Amino acid sequence: MKNRLNREIPENIEGYGKVRPFAGAFATEPDMLRQAPAVKRIIPGEGKLLTSLEAVFKKINIADGMTLSFHHHFRNGDGVVNQVLAVAAKLGLKNLRVALSSIFPVHQPLIEHIKSGVVTALDTNYMSGPVAEAVSQGILAQPVVLRTHGGRARAIECGQLKIDVAFIAAPAADEYGNVNGVQGPTACGSLGYALPDAEYADYVVAVTDYLVEYPLSPVSIPQTRVDYVVTVDQVGDPKGIVSGTTRITKEPVGLKIADTAARVIQAAGLIKDGFSFQTGAGGASLATAHFVRKMMVESKVTGSFALGGITGYMVEMLEQGLFKKLIDVQGFDLDAIRSIAANPNHLEVSAGYYASPYNKGCAVNKLDVVILGATEIDTDFNVNVVTASGGLIMGGSGGHSDAAAGAKVTIVVASLLRGRLPIIMDQVLTATTPGETIDVLVTERGIAVNPRRPELKEQLLSAGLPVKDIQELKLLAEKIAGVPVPVVTGERIVAVVEYRDGTVIDVVRQTRR
Amino acid sequence: MIQLLRPAQAGTLESNDIMITVAPGKAATGIVLELDSLVMDQYGEAIRQTIAETVAQQGVDDLYIKAIDRGALDCTIRARLLAALARAGVIRQEAVV
Amino acid sequence: MTDLRRTMLFLPGNNPGMLQNGGIFGADSLILDLEDAVAPAEKDTARLLVAHALREIDYSGSETVVRINTLDTFGKQDIRAIVPCRPAALLVPKVQTADDIRAIAAEIAAAERPGQAPVGIIALIETPRGLAEAYPIATASSRMLALAFGAEDYTAALGAQRTKEGSEILNARAALVNAAAAAGIQSIDTPFTDVNDETGLVADTAFAKQLGFKGKLTINPRQIDSIHTVFNPSIKEIDWAERVMQAIRQAEAEGSGVASLDGKMVDAPIVNRAERTLYLADLLGLRKVGKA
Repeated sequence: MKNRLNREIPENIEGYGKVRPFAGAFATEPDMLRQAPAVKRIIPGEGKLLTSLEAVFKKINIADGMTLSFHHHFRNGDGVVNQVLAVAAKLGLKNLRVALSSIFPVHQPLIEHIKSGVVTALDTNYMSGPVAEAVSQGILAQPVVLRTHGGRARAIECGQLKIDVAFIAAPAADEYGNVNGVQGPTACGSLGYALPDAEYADYVVAVTDYLVEYPLSPVSIPQTRVDYVVTVDQVGDPKGIVSGTTRITKEPVGLKIADTAARVIQAAGLIKDGFSFQTGAGGASLATAHFVRKMMVESKVTGSFALGGITGYMVEMLEQGLFKKLIDVQGFDLDAIRSIAANPNHLEVSAGYYASPYNKGCAVNKLDVVILGATEIDTDFNVNVVTASGGLIMGGSGGHSDAAAGAKVTIVVASLLRGRLPIIMDQVLTATTPGETIDVLVTERGIAVNPRRPELKEQLLSAGLPVKDIQELKLLAEKIAGVPVPVVTGERIVAVVEYRDGTVIDVVRQTRR
Repeated sequence: MIQLLRPAQAGTLESNDIMITVAPGKAATGIVLELDSLVMDQYGEAIRQTIAETVAQQGVDDLYIKAIDRGALDCTIRARLLAALARAGVIRQEAVV
Repeated sequence: MTDLRRTMLFLPGNNPGMLQNGGIFGADSLILDLEDAVAPAEKDTARLLVAHALREIDYSGSETVVRINTLDTFGKQDIRAIVPCRPAALLVPKVQTADDIRAIAAEIAAAERPGQAPVGIIALIETPRGLAEAYPIATASSRMLALAFGAEDYTAALGAQRTKEGSEILNARAALVNAAAAAGIQSIDTPFTDVNDETGLVADTAFAKQLGFKGKLTINPRQIDSIHTVFNPSIKEIDWAERVMQAIRQAEAEGSGVASLDGKMVDAPIVNRAERTLYLADLLGLRKVGKA
């Protein structure tokens, strides 16, 4: 059957189940109750502290087929996933589902666990590195479920992703289960992506290498939600967790794109008091913040809030009074951690507060502008952030689809040619974010505006910006690089791409090689 | 029938460039091209064609070419190939397009 | 009137990525560099890259200039390969005398194809001798378009310290502007080499404009916007120029022989300046049509 974006999707996918096809960004309404784990109790005098991960497995009686969940706030410095799965393998467990919010190169041992049958299902929002490559090549019998950040929170809260045991890597914890992300050697800042797991998993285990005296403060995950606390030598590698300071790119083409994107925001009349903004953590996306900041300073504008993955650059803007608040679901560098710990105007929020479409209002709904990337975009403005050259999985929506749906103006910044590859296609290989939520494409050779926004196009043209038809930009790219031969994939479905509401927007098929 | 005098190389492994090595081929083996490209699926054929056309224009018959492509445009491929052929002694330095 | 060369952006000639993207930055002029940006062992392959780039890459919106090597190194091969590819001009380094220009002009003439628009010459003055001979150099050929100043090599030859403040090159700058003006061609100032110092760049460019330079050699795309903003007529300047022209029109209408503005006589130099300002403003689209 074809979904709303004309993607061919089977009605039933083996290893996934019945498909609810994508019907539009806001077409599918919720029709369920919130999921409710069993009520627990602990008697005074009883303790939660366990001495090893193995003890955790035995205490909870973790069995074959269970779903274990993990957050990705440690990024490529994570140590908990590998340690937990090593114990699972040692104990001879099989058919586990790993619900890890993002998968990085450090998670390479997953491949071995998949080959030996310890892990047979993956549920995630983003994949990069060897695991992504292996999945693309078909190593898993069951397709991976690819969600958005908001969608994962929704799935957990509404019962589509039932977690048996949530292993929460805790930079700091006390013996009764209070957890925060701002203290200890592996401090990472906001624990936004761990909060839904802590609320709804059957068992919640805090894994820490930094146990403090009771009671811990500040508290991100309260003791009332945590079953056990276990100490290990190292939960992660600080160098892989945070960069020192995030720097604005010096790459000239990226800077030109960022400058143009800022001019688009200005021409749309958005740079005024109360302005709200979300940007990515690097490249042309973050560089746009640099040019927007200059405009805000020149026009003496005070913004209301900046949202997202927070970097030191946004912290600077908060501290200089350019924004009143920061809403933080993930911290990227040391400045972000320092600020969230000390500044009451720097707020830690859960993934659901940030982006879930099925609650009484998420933060992306209040955004004026979001700046996003893309590996591909088609002439209907549908965006691919999952697969790249050859159909290999190299990413995932993360918060992409969520922010695009919520923001008043969604801007995609991208080079017209990535290396030699034109970024504009007739059809993207993997639809991730639907074109109806994408307003503007900014490249170094021109701007395209979604025909759904004629008034925005007028504003940009009046401001003298280089607005072109998206077809025109596609032809320009092909004139420079030549027309690319379309990628041919295999037949087998290796990943199901869910939109934030749980409908299926596309599938990823096995790579041919 | 123009022969190469010696093996030669031009170009780099930088983004948007192509590193081309040419060497004399054994008589009557024709043009043997070994291509490694970042965009093999999408532009492999196009790259082969550009190289073949350029070599044919220079009238070279037996040639071994190794090309490592990092997303080079046609004009870059042609320029690097001609530079390698000039360094190999096939064409005079002044010959351009 | 003369072409816009507010910015002349250097692109390293052996770098395909920079060559294919060079046109997107909005520089008035692009200098595809075969000289200092290219190692001796790579001169041959860079020459071919630049030749192909000129023929196949669309640089519309920017003038294309090629900095060749000196005639006694690789310059002759450069000219023979590049001129038929129709650059607008060649930037010639280390020019010492008018004879140097005449030799270059002869090589260009020999390499031009029938019917090809004449390729211009921009002389890079970067030696004491070159500065001493600036006027003869500027008048040595009808192909001469501009004199450009290269302060790094120049101060090294003087044995002086190159500074941001620039007193050591003040005389050279002024002399170069004068020589170019006397010859009726443009003058282009030396690059500002600290790419991270935007304030310094603006100050240096403003000073160059004050001295009479019409543009600046540019070494990084990030410098382009700032340099353009300095060289562009400001709103105040445009306003003033319009009032000058208004004063002229008024004087003509009244039959008076002399126009005056703000109590001062409007004579030929003032009119020239006003006309040039309005010409630039129109070229750059800085004037709102219909304004009085």
